[in-house]
Amino acid sequence: MTVPPIGERAPILHMREVDKTFSGQVVALRRMSLEVNEGDFISLLGPSGCGKSTALRLIAGLMPPTLGRIEWEGRSGGESGGTDDLGVVFQEPTLMPWATVAQNVWLPFRIQGKPFRSVKDKISEALALVGLEKFHDNYPRELSGGMKMRVSIARALVTRPRLILMDEPFAALDEITRQKLNDDLLSLKAKTGATVIFVTHSVFESVFLSDRILVMAARPGRVIREFEIDAPYPRDMEWRTAPRYGEIAREVSDTLHGTLMPPKEAAE
Amino acid sequence: MTVTDTSQPVTKSETGSGPLFDADEERRARKKRTEKIAQYVIPLTVMAVAIWYWDRLVVWNEIPHYILPRPGLVVQTLVEDWSTLFASLMVTLQITGMALAVAVVGGVLLAVIFSLSRYAEMSFSPFAVILQVTPIVSVAPLIFIYIESRMIGLLICAWVVAFFPILANTTLGLKSADHNLQDLMTIYKANRWQRLRFLQLPSALPYFLGGLKIAGGLALIGAVVAEYVAGTGGIGSGLAFRILEAGYRLQIPKMFAALILIAVTGVIIYATTSLIAHLALRKWHESALKRE
Repeated sequence: MTVPPIGERAPILHMREVDKTFSGQVVALRRMSLEVNEGDFISLLGPSGCGKSTALRLIAGLMPPTLGRIEWEGRSGGESGGTDDLGVVFQEPTLMPWATVAQNVWLPFRIQGKPFRSVKDKISEALALVGLEKFHDNYPRELSGGMKMRVSIARALVTRPRLILMDEPFAALDEITRQKLNDDLLSLKAKTGATVIFVTHSVFESVFLSDRILVMAARPGRVIREFEIDAPYPRDMEWRTAPRYGEIAREVSDTLHGTLMPPKEAAE
Repeated sequence: MTVTDTSQPVTKSETGSGPLFDADEERRARKKRTEKIAQYVIPLTVMAVAIWYWDRLVVWNEIPHYILPRPGLVVQTLVEDWSTLFASLMVTLQITGMALAVAVVGGVLLAVIFSLSRYAEMSFSPFAVILQVTPIVSVAPLIFIYIESRMIGLLICAWVVAFFPILANTTLGLKSADHNLQDLMTIYKANRWQRLRFLQLPSALPYFLGGLKIAGGLALIGAVVAEYVAGTGGIGSGLAFRILEAGYRLQIPKMFAALILIAVTGVIIYATTSLIAHLALRKWHESALKRE
């Protein structure tokens, strides 16, 4: 599925001047604005405490912003439409241990009130997309960590939501599994044209995967710079070794380091 | 690509294509088999020795049967008085079963209501705790004063003891659902009912079943204790009354026979609830999984 260039994509979500303060004093996020467009692959990159997970939880609707607004395009009141709008992949696979793989993937449809039979094909398709077509009837405990993560991804995309949120999904996996999943995530993106917000603290992961990177700094959590990466999808191993990849990674890395350098002044 | 043969001392099966065992593995397998047999043989043997020793004690010390009967006499009494004892057992069992059933329905229902409404929990959990901590023997006389039907009185007593572990465990279980899954339910905009059915009830199942195991035994205890308090006998009275009656008449062997029936019933109830728990959880829950 081809996605138009960054400037020409239809917006699906607006984050306007959003602040989040905890217990009235800890500023987790300051003045974050973000427009998410159809087909974007956005990485939120930063050190711990920079508010990237907070931003994700705000977008997910798990808590309200202290100031500012988050609005979904085409929804009355700007609130998300649940399973139609959002899919989520957490840091842990977060599967229901009592349900089979297929039943786990069924969950968002089940909440929509759709019986298993009526969406069986879509579930099979989603599982095929993540390479688990043979594991419909297995229980999560019978799968490896990487496979569980794949089930989680299948569940997030099975309803083809407008936006998929991923909160450091591969952080707990070993390096080899992680690279494989990154490759597969890109081919998934190429096939489905999914819009993704991806939280990570890995420079290389973010440059490899995304076409927009928001570099964030801590205390207070805020966005300090946005990168746009014009390398077209589908990307593959060639992109990982391209000179342009190295250049961008270098620049992103420098920016990230810049956020860490003057800790005292930055806090002001 | 070449494959080097890493020669270990292995004994191949005759065809050469079968499974390979080394000496260590074989020893482990043997130990496992022995353990499996011992699991049944040892407790049975110890039990048999204990009963034999009981029998010898009576003979050696010439204890009269109205003080301590020989095991053989107890069995004989059990057979001779089977019709009255069995009828009483059925009465006790009926009360126990009904109390347990009502405790399960009531406990789960109340737990669900608690999980749906914090105010309901705040309002009613003190009552549940008071019911639980007040010894049933001390409440039972009152219950029998107010409740006309003896049967219903017994049922209430047994229910009061059996109900709390189910309520407490299920309430805890409903609250113990994985927090990420709870977030997912919020993100997916699941309604209260869906959240309960898809997430909280399955999460609570292992806790509930744990409560059921405890409640099964307690229901029997509750039923027996209540019968002691109720005291009146005649036709349609349970095992506890048989024990009292036999006690008044110094029919010690009959007391033992009734006691054995109660103990066996308790064991059967426990085994049944354990089996139910195993069947319900064997596919997914840690407690029921075999580790390789």
